[in-house]
Amino acid sequence: MIPAEFDYVAPDSLDAALRALAHGGEDAKALAGGHSLLPLMKMRLAVPTLLVDLRHVPGLRGAQRENGSWRIGALTRHADLQGRAELGIVGEATSLIADQQVRNRGTIGGSLAHGDPASDLPTILVAMEGTVSVRNSAASREIAAGDLFQDYMTTAIAADELITEVRVPALEDWGHAYEKFTRRAEDWAMVGVCALVRKGADGSCEDVRVAFTNMASTPIRATAVEHALRGQPLSSDAITGAAEQAAEGTDPPGDLNATPEYKRHLARVLTRRALSRAAGV
Amino acid sequence: MSSNVPVRLSVNGRVHELDVEPRLLLVHLLRDRLGLTGSHVGCDTTSCGACTVHVDGEAVKSCTVLAVQADGTKVTTIEGLAQGDQLHPLQEAFWEDHGLQCGYCTPGMIMAAADLLARNPDPTEEEIRHGLEGNLCRCTGYHNIVRAVSDAAKHPHAGRIPHPGPTPEGAAIGLELAREGLGA
Repeated sequence: MIPAEFDYVAPDSLDAALRALAHGGEDAKALAGGHSLLPLMKMRLAVPTLLVDLRHVPGLRGAQRENGSWRIGALTRHADLQGRAELGIVGEATSLIADQQVRNRGTIGGSLAHGDPASDLPTILVAMEGTVSVRNSAASREIAAGDLFQDYMTTAIAADELITEVRVPALEDWGHAYEKFTRRAEDWAMVGVCALVRKGADGSCEDVRVAFTNMASTPIRATAVEHALRGQPLSSDAITGAAEQAAEGTDPPGDLNATPEYKRHLARVLTRRALSRAAGV
Repeated sequence: MSSNVPVRLSVNGRVHELDVEPRLLLVHLLRDRLGLTGSHVGCDTTSCGACTVHVDGEAVKSCTVLAVQADGTKVTTIEGLAQGDQLHPLQEAFWEDHGLQCGYCTPGMIMAAADLLARNPDPTEEEIRHGLEGNLCRCTGYHNIVRAVSDAAKHPHAGRIPHPGPTPEGAAIGLELAREGLGA
């Protein structure tokens, strides 16, 4: 499969890339690792007339700790983050994205900008209540995770804007787990669940966040589960009870792999597993 | 009509300079322009891994990389593993353990395994299976592939793929091949 024809530029600065994007209009697309965009282009589901390759743009790579947060450059690859314990859930989840070859190319900014509700990092950003910095050639702004994902593969990022940085709280005293159910090892999640749990000194659930992959047209928080568990003792019974609320407020799309009802079942099971692991129960 | 873009890359130690359409995929550059047909196109959808090559020492699926994205990089394909008659330890192990039946997935499997062993020189069976998730084999049930990677890992340099680096001679040959458009 061959993509449709397009023009190609590889600017050597962020400003030049933003100008090229602005000049190209709605049909221009930024290219990072290309592992979301190129498959769509090969199937002609995306037909951009201009690709602005970001591979020569400096300064958008790597993860830096600043106060209580991690600042991660948009062009940082999954392979640069995978398995790094100091990054908490980001290190865990990035090691589960697709396969090693994909992780060697795919970037955090590319995955978030793509906004596929079946991909993993949007869920992680929503659970962590992170933000992205975006820029166009005139200005920059911050978008909170809760405002970023608007609909299926639709984000609040304008056509002339690029994500430059992802910022997530370190959440060092939180337990974390990402549970992902796939039909084949490298597939997108049928359902994924991110659980973050902060245990109080008395063993109770001081705070909790749960978010889902592929349970709606965007990544979503499982607020009913969070309400049910917050303040409760972190027992196996309490976790199982809270996880029973997992499907509430979800609208999972049915697909070749799973009906909506099966996804709701998976959400309950995976929520219990993720919460148990995050809470160390 | 998009205009061609000049690309300069080193493949298995030879430098190639080509003008390519921006939409040309790396796997097609390797197979159709350079005649390196060891990298196979299986699924063409970033799933099967048969097209796996190394770009700057890391495994990628070359059906999902534009040739222009490989500009300025060092690419290693299955053809670049053996040094003369000396097979790479992974190739030896796949041979010894019969880690293949039809052989279609084998080049990609070996290139992915080399990335795995570079990251984790002494993987458990589970880690090997996780590390090869991006490669599908329709014949073997993976059993002998996993065994081959495990045996190769006993070799001290199994994860090392010495990209020769372009020698002046290699560069000259590569540039000539590219100019002649071998296989194009």
